[in-house]
Amino acid sequence: MNRELKRVSIVVMLMFVALLSSTSVVQAFQADNLSADPRNTRTLYDSYQVERGAILVAGEPIAQSMPADDDYKFLRTYTNPELYAPITGYIPINGEPTGLEFALNAELTGNSNSQFFDKISALVTGQDPKGAAIEVTIDPVAQQAAWDALGDYTGSVVVTEPATGRILAMVSKPGFNPNLLTVHNNAEVTASYDALLADPNDPLINRAINSLNPPGSIFKLVVTTAALESGKYTTESTFPNPSVYTAPGTTSEIENSSGGTCGAGETVTLATALRLSCNIPFAELGLELGDTAIRETAEKFGFNSNYSIPMNVSESVYPRGLDDPQTAQSAFGQFDVQATPLQMAMVSGAIANGGVVMAPNLVQEILAPNLSALETFKPVELGRVMSEETAATITAMMINGVQDGAASNARIDGVDVAGKTGTAQNGSTDPFTLWFTGFAPANDPQYAITVLVENGGGMGQTGFGNLLAAPVAQEVLEAVLNK
Amino acid sequence: MTEPVRRLHLPQKLRNLELFLLLIACFINASAVVLVQLGALGELDPTLVLLGAGLSALVIGLHIVLRFVARDADPFILPIATVLNGIGIAMIYRIDIADKQGGWESAAVRQTVWSALAIFSAIVVLLVIRNHRVLFRYTYIAGLVGVLLLFLPLVPGLGKEVSGARVWISFGNFGTFQPGEIAKIALAVFFAGYLVRNRDSLSMVGKKILGARFPRFRDLGPILVVWALSMSVIIFQRDLGTALLYFGLFLVMLYLATGRLSWVILGMGLFLGGALIASQTLNYVNGRFTNWLDALNPAVYDAKGGSFQLVQGLFGLAKGGLLGTGWGQGRPEITPVPQSDYIIASLGEELGLAGIFAILALYLLFVARGFRIGFAGQDDFGKLLAVGLAFVVALQCFIVIGGVTRVIPLTGLTTPFLAAGGSSLVANWIIAALLLRLSDTVRNQPRLVV
Repeated sequence: MNRELKRVSIVVMLMFVALLSSTSVVQAFQADNLSADPRNTRTLYDSYQVERGAILVAGEPIAQSMPADDDYKFLRTYTNPELYAPITGYIPINGEPTGLEFALNAELTGNSNSQFFDKISALVTGQDPKGAAIEVTIDPVAQQAAWDALGDYTGSVVVTEPATGRILAMVSKPGFNPNLLTVHNNAEVTASYDALLADPNDPLINRAINSLNPPGSIFKLVVTTAALESGKYTTESTFPNPSVYTAPGTTSEIENSSGGTCGAGETVTLATALRLSCNIPFAELGLELGDTAIRETAEKFGFNSNYSIPMNVSESVYPRGLDDPQTAQSAFGQFDVQATPLQMAMVSGAIANGGVVMAPNLVQEILAPNLSALETFKPVELGRVMSEETAATITAMMINGVQDGAASNARIDGVDVAGKTGTAQNGSTDPFTLWFTGFAPANDPQYAITVLVENGGGMGQTGFGNLLAAPVAQEVLEAVLNK
Repeated sequence: MTEPVRRLHLPQKLRNLELFLLLIACFINASAVVLVQLGALGELDPTLVLLGAGLSALVIGLHIVLRFVARDADPFILPIATVLNGIGIAMIYRIDIADKQGGWESAAVRQTVWSALAIFSAIVVLLVIRNHRVLFRYTYIAGLVGVLLLFLPLVPGLGKEVSGARVWISFGNFGTFQPGEIAKIALAVFFAGYLVRNRDSLSMVGKKILGARFPRFRDLGPILVVWALSMSVIIFQRDLGTALLYFGLFLVMLYLATGRLSWVILGMGLFLGGALIASQTLNYVNGRFTNWLDALNPAVYDAKGGSFQLVQGLFGLAKGGLLGTGWGQGRPEITPVPQSDYIIASLGEELGLAGIFAILALYLLFVARGFRIGFAGQDDFGKLLAVGLAFVVALQCFIVIGGVTRVIPLTGLTTPFLAAGGSSLVANWIIAALLLRLSDTVRNQPRLVV
């Protein structure tokens, strides 16, 4: 019997080896992944046990953890909550955080790699561990001006610094109060959340980075760049100037927004077409360039890519494999072309920055509890889209558009504003999407701004970019330039 | 020529070693309770410490009984059972604190009372059964008792269903009891006795196919009966773990008695076939397999009876990491039933991988002591019984801990000595008592070489 016994002993040994291995796998090798799982409430509760770092705008907290007298120890509190909601996001007790609260959770809770030694020393000295504070790039004056200027529109305003890609303002409307979602009561949080979710205007969406709309005429800046960079076109290149145009291979007609021709004459120059924002010349230009050339330029600007600022930015789209009619439509920002306001801010920002696209960024510094900088962000170039010469040419065209063209309502006395408006269709009866993108001062760009007004600004199909979006930009630019 | 009788260990030394280890075990248990109080309550509450002291007195009483009635018994079994039992109580107490349970209704106090009862049962077993061969006489009665106990929960009015499995009997307000736990001892006795009697006909004859001698059809009776028993447990009591436990026990004892691998092959084929059919036809078995294979899938996780518990247990273990959060510092209460089926995940969370390794090492040592009796034993009944009892503990650990850590599908069984549950405690302490008795007999037999 002892021979059999020996074999059974081996089987028992193997059973225990299996258990030793499986527990090791779970507790040592899979532990990090399991802890990062959003369903892991243990990690969530733990995140409340440390004093979560503050989020700061110009040194003033817009999100901070206040001592609380319950299981969670700290209550996350937002100052000026609606204004800064797109930046802070919120951290509920029963769900996933959003915004910077989500994107920089590790830093805010003190668990990032760069905080490892601080954590150890806190352990040794017996201090309560603390998370890092985040100083953002937001300029409170620009943020407030953008919020005020956008009024009651559903939409977004993004202001960036062209030379660095720093985001100076990021507004999304309608707003919401993140304080409602951080109370320590599951039922209350769920009720507030459900109400916000049911709101048809989607207040929880950060429109600046997560709302995709057809860019309409502001996409003509991309097509113009492609044309000038191809070397085959100048501002004086001419295109046939009919009042109705039918692209080859289709029967659907393209019209200019004026309904007539693009200025007087048999032909129209590229400069005039952009200044007056005519669709027909751009449809013709788009067909001549071809969808590949346009897409390559669009992708250099950042289309068809993901970014994090460090929140994830939705991918703006210039589609692949377009036929001729689709290429013609997409050349003035219609068909399936879609963009976020931040993407369009990258377009005008690159033009303002002499042709170099800067990586957009929201975080200025990560500060340890003792206020020493753990990380300081430096501007990152994403690449050159166009020569400085082309950038200067397009800037001049955009100045004309504001001085004497379709973007006239962005004019500011004493300052050259470069700008482009857009009025995009969303199907035959849906309200338009209205845009403005530009920068000022045009000769020394300090601010690039993109305004998105969704839902026709309440005017259905009668509002247009210059009427509703351009004045918003003008108001914001005036405020920041007079600062 | 005769050699002098050799005794490797003097009984006095064995018992002193046991006492020493027992004192360490009691110290560990007391520290665990104190650490739980410091970690989870932030203050010291003497009630449970006093109860623990009473329990310590009782195991030392058991030790004194051993000094009189089983002087040569293995010195490791009692301390191991004591420390596992104590760590279990500390963890159950810790969960009580998290759930704000206290007083006589709390699980920890009930567990302590049951522990006292279980240790007392062990003393009774040691006093009554002075020679394990007495059990050999009651082979068939043990078999009958085992089967009756197993199916007691199916009696209408007596049985009680808990989370789908019908393995409990209810005594009204007095509590519930899981007779299947005691049944495993009765069945081990029966299997040992039956196999020792009938091993010849089960091992000698039969056709040889591919090098393995397969049994005759008419000798298949016993294995088919045990198989049918296990399958009915799966179907009627909806308890996969218990079925696996009994069938595994029988198969190992059958192999030990006959020395024929063909029985194991045949048995595993039968069980896997049955389990496969069950997984296709019985929803709860199918669910267990899905939860096992695709635990982290959100759809499986959110499903009713899905992998929520399994995944929460994994989260707890992950939280523990290598060294654990420390007693009272984790959140084991998030996982459903953290004090019974999932106590190992709770311990893994607070004591870490290091703690789990220590616990597994204790189990392995306990099982190894049982196997040692098997190796050294002189009579086949005693050998079989000792190995059977030790194996049942090992297999039960494997089924529960393997289920929690996704080695096999999760099935509800108690972790021996640790998990909350009176019947399980009583059964495992009786197993410990029987192993103590068997080890004493083995060492007592002088090895005479003629």
